Amino acid sequence: MRNALGRELPEYIAGYGEVRPFAGAFAHAGEINRKAVKVKGDWSSPNKVLDSLGGALEKCGLKDGMTVSFHHHLRNGDYVLNMVLEEIARHGIKDIKVAASSIFPIHQPLVKHMGNGVVTGLYAGYISGAVGEAVSRGVLKNPVVMQTHGGRARAIEAGELHIDVAFIAAPTCDEYGNMNGLEGPSACGVLTYPAADAYYADTVIAVTDNLVPYPACPIEITQEYVDYVVPVELIGDSAGIVSGTTRITNDPAGLKIAESAAQVIEASGLLKDGFSFQTGAGGTSLAVAAYVKEMMKEKKIQGSFAAGGITEYMVEMLEEGYFRTLFDGQCFDLKAVESLRRNKNHQRMSMSMYGNPSNKGAVVNKLDVMILGATEVDLDFNVNVTTNSNGLLMGGSGGHSDTAAGAKLAVVVTKLIRKRFPIVVDSATTVTTPGETVDVLVTERGIAVNPLRQDVLEKVKKAGLPVKTIEELKETAEKLTGVPEKVDFKDKVVAVIEYRDGTVIDVVRQL
Amino acid sequence: MSDLRRSMLFVPGFRPGMLQNSTIYGADSIIFDLEDSVAVSEKDAARVLVRNVLQELDFSGTEMVVRINPIIDSPFGKEDVAEIAGVRPDAFMLPKADEEGIRILAGMLDEIEQKEGFEQESIKIFALVESTSAVLNLSSIVKASTRLAGIMLGAEDLTAELGIKRTLQGNELLYARSHLAMVCKSAGIDAIDTPFGDVGDQEGLEYDATQARSLGLTGKAAIHPRQVGTINRTFSPSPEEVIYAGKVVAAVKEAEKAGNGVFALDGKMVDAPVAARAEKVLRQAKLAGIEV
Repeated sequence: MRNALGRELPEYIAGYGEVRPFAGAFAHAGEINRKAVKVKGDWSSPNKVLDSLGGALEKCGLKDGMTVSFHHHLRNGDYVLNMVLEEIARHGIKDIKVAASSIFPIHQPLVKHMGNGVVTGLYAGYISGAVGEAVSRGVLKNPVVMQTHGGRARAIEAGELHIDVAFIAAPTCDEYGNMNGLEGPSACGVLTYPAADAYYADTVIAVTDNLVPYPACPIEITQEYVDYVVPVELIGDSAGIVSGTTRITNDPAGLKIAESAAQVIEASGLLKDGFSFQTGAGGTSLAVAAYVKEMMKEKKIQGSFAAGGITEYMVEMLEEGYFRTLFDGQCFDLKAVESLRRNKNHQRMSMSMYGNPSNKGAVVNKLDVMILGATEVDLDFNVNVTTNSNGLLMGGSGGHSDTAAGAKLAVVVTKLIRKRFPIVVDSATTVTTPGETVDVLVTERGIAVNPLRQDVLEKVKKAGLPVKTIEELKETAEKLTGVPEKVDFKDKVVAVIEYRDGTVIDVVRQL
Repeated sequence: MSDLRRSMLFVPGFRPGMLQNSTIYGADSIIFDLEDSVAVSEKDAARVLVRNVLQELDFSGTEMVVRINPIIDSPFGKEDVAEIAGVRPDAFMLPKADEEGIRILAGMLDEIEQKEGFEQESIKIFALVESTSAVLNLSSIVKASTRLAGIMLGAEDLTAELGIKRTLQGNELLYARSHLAMVCKSAGIDAIDTPFGDVGDQEGLEYDATQARSLGLTGKAAIHPRQVGTINRTFSPSPEEVIYAGKVVAAVKEAEKAGNGVFALDGKMVDAPVAARAEKVLRQAKLAGIEV
C-alpha cells in the first residue's frame, strides 16, 4: 500500500506488526487513553539501594522478550546502556527489546548483542555510528522503530511502547530514588528524556555514580516512581557527555546560509516582541541564532522563549535578555548545565511537554520559528534526516518532525551540495518529516518556499531575497553533481519510521 | 572600464569546494589564485584543477579572473597561461607586474587567441602592482597593453619594501592610492584597492574601503567571502547619490528639450561631466540591484 505521501509500505511487517499508514501531519489529532500503570507499594525498606546491576536484574524479574529503556542525556559518553546489556547477556537473557531515546557511536557493543540474539528489537529517536550501520546491514532480527521525541513520549503514555524495566542513568541520586542531572562527575543537566519512562515503566531502576544522602536536592525525577537504586563506579565519560564542540560555523557558505535564513525570518514578520525560536546545535544553525540576535538587538526585541537542546550560545542570549526564558530538553555543554543550576528562567521540559501531539498542548505548538537540518529535501519539501544519500541509517527525527509540525515557520537550512551529493532530489531516499510541515528551504544558492505557503513566498519576495523554485534548486545542484543513481536496497525492512502520531511515514530497507 | 567591479574575491586555486562555491557570495569578480595561496609542490595540480573547474562549471554572470604566477623569473607563470587560456577566463591577473611582464603576457594571449579562434583581446589583463618602482611607473604600465582592464594595488609587498607598517588609518597608502586612482581614471580602467588583512574586523574593513573610495578607487580586493558584502556596499552608489543622479538625468532631458547646454539644479551647475557621472551612477545602481 501507499501512504499519504505515496511511500510504498507493506501492510504487515514481521517483527513490527500491522502498519498504520501516515495520513497527513494533522490527521490523527484525536483522543487517546493514557495507560494505567500497575504500582506495587513497598514499605519494607527505607532504602532502595542494591549491590549490583546483576542483583537488580534478578530483583525486577527481567526475562526473555522484555523491553528495557534508556535515555541519552549522557550522549556519546553513556556507559549505562552498554553496562546493562552486558549484564543481561551474562545472565543468559535473550530476545530483549531496547527502547533507547537515542543511540550513539559509543553504543557499538550493542551490535554484538544484536548479532547473538540478546537484543532483537530496538526503538530510538536517533541512531548514529556502528549500530546504524549494523541495522542497515540487517543484523537486527526485527526492524528498528524510529520515533520522534514527542512520538516516543506519546507511544509510552498510550501504552503502545510498553517498558518493562527503565534503566535511568542518574548523575545524582539518593538512596530512595530522587534524581537530578546537575551534580556529580557525570552531570548532564536536565533529565527530560526519561520522564515518560519513569512514569510509565513497570519497574524503574536508577543507575548512579553519585549516591547522595536523602534527600537529593534539587529533585527532577522523584522517588515515588523509582523502584531500585544501583550505585556503579562511573555512568559516563564527561568528555562525551557535554562535548563543548558546538560553535558557530566559520565556513563562509554556512554563514551565507545562516544570514539568508535570518533574513527569511525577518521577512516573515514573526520577529517581534514575544518571538519564540528553536535552532539546532550545529554550526550553521547556531549561526542563524547569531544573525537573529543582531536583528533582535537592532529592533530592540525581547523574545518569549528559546527551546530545544541548549548550548552556551542560547544561555548567553537568555542572560543578555534576548529571551525571557529557555525551555531545555537537553544540555549540550557545561555552560548550559551551570545556567540550569542557577537561573530560574532556564526551565526544563519533558519530551511530552516538548512535542507530544496527543497531550493538552506541547511547547512546539507555541514555537514561531524552527531551524531544521536535512540530508535530503525532495520536490514536495519532504525531508530526510534518517538515512544518508547512500541509504545508510545514520540519524533520525529526534525533534525534527515535532517542531516542523508545531512551528509557525519551519526553515530547513542546508548546503545544496554535500560531499558530491545534491541535497534537493526528486524523491527522498527516506522521508522523516512530511513536506506539508516544512515551509522554507535555505541554501547557499538560493531560497525555495513551499508553494503551500504563498503568504510566506510573497513576504520573502517582497524583501528582495533570492527566491527560486525547488525545481530550480534541484537543477542547479544537478548541473554540478549530475543525477546520482538510486540506492539499491534489498527487500527486508530494517527500520520503520513512525511519524509523531505513530503512523508509518516510511520504511528503511536493508542495504 | 567595467561598470561594476566593486569586489574582487581571491579564492585559493587548490580547494575544489571553495572554487565551486566561489560565486555564491555576490562578488563582482572572482580571482582563482595560483600564486601566493598555492604551495610550490601544488602548482601543477592547482593549475589543472582551475582549468577544469572553469571548463566544467557555469560561472555566467560573474567575471572570472585567474591570478597566475610571475611571468618573469618564474617558470610557473607561462605554464599557467598556456594551460588555462584555452578555457577562456575573462582575464588573467599578473602579480609583480611591470611593463615587460604585461607585454609578455599580452603576447602569449595574442597567439593563443589566434590559435583558438577567440575574438582578439577578449581575455583581459589585470596588473597587480606591489613595488615602489611599479607605483612610480604606473603611467607607463597602464600603456603596456590595451588588454588592461584594471590595476590592483598590492600593499603588503609595497609597505614591506618601504619598511613601514600598514595601519588602520592607512596614511601610508595615501600617495599610492591617489596616484593609482589618477592614472587609471586617465586611462579609463579600474583602480582596485589592496585587500584588508583582518577578516574578522568588519568595521576596519568598512573604514579602509571608504578611504579608498574617497580617493577615487573603484573597487577593492576581498580575501574572505565575509568581506564581499561590506565592500559591495561601500562601493555602491549611496541612496542619496542615486536620488541626486536621477534628478540630474531627468533635468538634463528637460534642458535638452529646451536647448540648454548648462543649467543649475538645486543651485549647483550641471554640465556634461556631471551629467555623464549621473548616468554612470544610475547604471551602477541598476547593476548592483539598487532600486533606481
